[in-house]
Amino acid sequence: MKYEIIVVGGGHAGCEAAHIAAYKNHKTALITMNKKNIADMPCNPSIGGTAKGVIVREIDALGGLMGRVADRSHFQIKMLNSGKGPAVRSLRAQADKITYPKEMLKELKSLPNLDIIEGMVENIIIEDNIIKGIILEDNTKIYCDALILTTGTYLKGSILCGSEKHPGGPHGERRSNYLSDNLKANGFEILRLKTGTPQRIAASSIDFTKMQPETGDNEYWTFSHDFPPQYEINKQQKCYLIYTTPETKKIIENNLNKSSMYGGYVEGVGPRYCPSIEDKVVRFHDKERHQLFLEPESLYYDDWYLQGFSTSMPHDIQDLMVHSLPGLEHAIINKYAYAIEYDAINPLQIKPSLESKVISNIFTAGQINGTSGYEEAAGQGIIAGINAALKLEHQEPLILKRNEAYIGVLIDDLVTKGTKEPYRMLTSRAEYRLILRHDNADLRLRHLAHQVGTITEEQYIRLLKKEQDIKDLTNLLQENKLKINPMTKTIFIENNLEVPSYSISFYQLLKRPLITITFINKLLPLSFSKEVQEQVEISTKYEGYIEKTNNEIAKMLKLESKQIPENIDYDKIINLASEARQKLKLIRPRTIAQAIRISGVNPADISILSVYLRKEYPNE
Amino acid sequence: MEDTIVAISTSLGLGAISIVRLSGSESLNIVNKIFNGKDLTKVPSHTIHYGYIIDNDKKIDEVLVSVMKSPKTYTTEDIVEINTHGGIISTNKVLELCLKNGARLAEPGEFTKRAFLNGRLDLTEAEAVQELISAQSEQSLNLFMNQLTGSLKELITSIRHTIMTLIANIEVNIDFPEYEDAENITIPLLKEKITPIKTQLLKLLAESKNAKIIKDGINIALIGRPNVGKSSLLNLLIEENKAIVTDIAGTTRDIVEGSIILSGIKLNFIDTAGIRQTNDIVEQLGVKKSKETVAAADLVILLLNNNEDITPEDQELINLLHNKKHLIFINKTDLPTKIDISQLPQDHLVYGNTLNPSGCANLKKEIIKLFNLEQINTPNATYLTNARQNALISQSINLLDNTLQEINNGDPVDLIEIDLRSCWDTLGEIIGATYKDELLDELFSNFCLGK
Repeated sequence: MKYEIIVVGGGHAGCEAAHIAAYKNHKTALITMNKKNIADMPCNPSIGGTAKGVIVREIDALGGLMGRVADRSHFQIKMLNSGKGPAVRSLRAQADKITYPKEMLKELKSLPNLDIIEGMVENIIIEDNIIKGIILEDNTKIYCDALILTTGTYLKGSILCGSEKHPGGPHGERRSNYLSDNLKANGFEILRLKTGTPQRIAASSIDFTKMQPETGDNEYWTFSHDFPPQYEINKQQKCYLIYTTPETKKIIENNLNKSSMYGGYVEGVGPRYCPSIEDKVVRFHDKERHQLFLEPESLYYDDWYLQGFSTSMPHDIQDLMVHSLPGLEHAIINKYAYAIEYDAINPLQIKPSLESKVISNIFTAGQINGTSGYEEAAGQGIIAGINAALKLEHQEPLILKRNEAYIGVLIDDLVTKGTKEPYRMLTSRAEYRLILRHDNADLRLRHLAHQVGTITEEQYIRLLKKEQDIKDLTNLLQENKLKINPMTKTIFIENNLEVPSYSISFYQLLKRPLITITFINKLLPLSFSKEVQEQVEISTKYEGYIEKTNNEIAKMLKLESKQIPENIDYDKIINLASEARQKLKLIRPRTIAQAIRISGVNPADISILSVYLRKEYPNE
Repeated sequence: MEDTIVAISTSLGLGAISIVRLSGSESLNIVNKIFNGKDLTKVPSHTIHYGYIIDNDKKIDEVLVSVMKSPKTYTTEDIVEINTHGGIISTNKVLELCLKNGARLAEPGEFTKRAFLNGRLDLTEAEAVQELISAQSEQSLNLFMNQLTGSLKELITSIRHTIMTLIANIEVNIDFPEYEDAENITIPLLKEKITPIKTQLLKLLAESKNAKIIKDGINIALIGRPNVGKSSLLNLLIEENKAIVTDIAGTTRDIVEGSIILSGIKLNFIDTAGIRQTNDIVEQLGVKKSKETVAAADLVILLLNNNEDITPEDQELINLLHNKKHLIFINKTDLPTKIDISQLPQDHLVYGNTLNPSGCANLKKEIIKLFNLEQINTPNATYLTNARQNALISQSINLLDNTLQEINNGDPVDLIEIDLRSCWDTLGEIIGATYKDELLDELFSNFCLGK
């Protein structure tokens, strides 16, 4: 058997990679252990969240699936940070854990170039440092020109609960026992990471009257740039908020030694931003209570996800802990919380294209690269898929810059800084986040997507139309002046707004605090779409800030243009600090800008490197 | 590999001991060739050795040689220092021998340049060393030493830390909007937190004005009509203080007639064309020259006599004092009063008598008061010492002003944070914690780097 591209793993990274490769007309195989687990959501029942929601929009802009599949699968959606500035808004949908995988499978099955194969990959075939194929556990060989590894937590996965530890992936699936060893034998550096997931509670055993309901937004939202909303606002399901009690705290404190983390039974490094409840109690000792959210997993079964209560305590202690919570006094735990340890590769060994530095034509995406989260995985998956395809097409890879996409920030961070814990995307990681907004993902990325052939002509034409509309509306607002007369005055007064003392353009008016584009419509009815009006509103209102960010970007791009020759010998630069030398040799940054971002490389080292470059490569 | 450089690193002619310093990989070999004593290539690092510098078996000088091996040295290269005892001639001879044996004469500041390029000093430290070379009084020496040992760095680091804590808190609010684990930074709270940071920076900037005084001293123009007794006053001021009376060019283009140290601060008396002139060229003197001098001075002292009327010429000089920091010294208080002080600006009148050895004590007291010299005399205060640092602090203050303005506009916290972050970066530039490409360009122009 032979394919152009093989994708190993059917999780969120694998689905996007396989889809985009097949979309780009490459004969592709997706190998998964169990078709039933395609696009499985083994942890939280939501897609999106702060920063992550923007990644979903970016995936959609690039022609990926996650956004439109989530739009068809959720039963609640809200815009987070809607009270803050436009730069930090992000969507989160409560996705149904039954519907989402089903819809995803439907998408994949619609691709004629894509075969889905069940099997466990245990080895790889390499010739002259180039990938040639894979070997299944039954010794079947499948050949390929490019391989994309998206193995999730299945490389030597171990489930931990209290002092118990047994091999396996989520849902008691089998794990790959040999693939990570075989990667290691071929020069990949292997890391051991850990993540965890909280309890699932039987809905019938929950007393919701003791909890505070959390509802979806009263406004329609979609991740997709192409499809209208496919839900009804008033049919959204509720989630609930509760707080831990003093009793909870006491139980945890008294049983710390039984937790696998604190009892010393775990080797893997867990994420700081997703602390277990025992971590929270220990690290934030002064806090009397912690927030927990109860979220339904699906409309088709009974489990509720207890967000914020992940733990590695044994079952009997978890019973006590859960029963100490308001409304959960008689709760039945359908699934206990557990931690999972797994092998990942060192992301410093991958290129910004997500191709391995060690073996040519192997690409990796998702948890194997040290990240955490469905969205992070899917974002890398689509890039790995695009770049594997581009490589076979002898084209330059698609590398998103830090000022172009959160996905760009994510990959640059991974390949520049590496990671010691599962990496989660945060808005704070994106220094140019004012440019990387939820609302402009298509404007940022669809030209690139069109260049690499991952969106349809129809989608491209829609982009061009939107761009033209934005220009037209901006001109309209600049060219038309507000006339101050009794009628317009009344409109200001009715909306509790200050009447301008003299006639100004609508553009100038929109810049004023409290003036929105919705209000402007009352004075000057606009026939443009909601999205176009929103773009113009943001770019007008925050023009000053956007300009500042663009200045910072220009500085960064100037440093990005200072290339470091690929063959540079760092041992010849005598005065580099030894840590800097070691990091530079390992990471081999392509530009001065990337070198600056490496932790452990100080400004003084950069000066020395720059002086060396100017002396040795005066013409570059 | 860089070549080996050599220079006499003490002021020629001052003090009994001079130091000839070499830096570079050949330092040890070069000195070893001209040193009669232990084999320097075999001694441990950071040791001192007694012996002679020889030129073809001829003893040139009796010396102590310090050997400091790479990398724990000022430049991170091998450094050898030869402490000579024999005065200018033999020190020059030692230098010559080093040059003859393969060292190259260092450019001004080249040791510091190497220290910077080799990552041994950050930019502020390098700047301080450059200033150190031209330090003129003990106070200014302290100031630069202070910066060198990092007190500016400490202060800036601590301010940056405060800003970063605030940024981190805002970020937590954004990334975990539904969790209440961190304090919610609201607009009023942000204002409350930014204001003290701004105050701190303003204080630093204000104190730094003193740095100029410490570094360059106070330029004083002593004016008065011809023959009023300016030279007597100057001589009294200078003699009494055993001052450095030289004709060297000062920091301005003006000629410094004489300098004294008062409360640790250098006072430069600028030539007012004739302070020390004799009667026969008195004709040249005039208000015109005085005007120029007055414009350049930090302080103007007008000299009048107690026993004389105010002349029209005096009146013209009095007019020059307008809008200028000044003192009026009324001399000859031993003689009967004829002067009508109601015609004078009443502030800063000082009486004295230059015939009396302590006749200008009041004048000095007034100068100390006027410039707060005793307050400047706090050896541990932190100052910015150059225009670049000053500009960066001003820029940081502007950025904080922007944030305060944005707070008043009701802009979202996450946008206001953009200026806060930029302030953090700007402060980082002062201490070399933020890499800036322009800095390197500046360096290239100052240090003449390149092939």
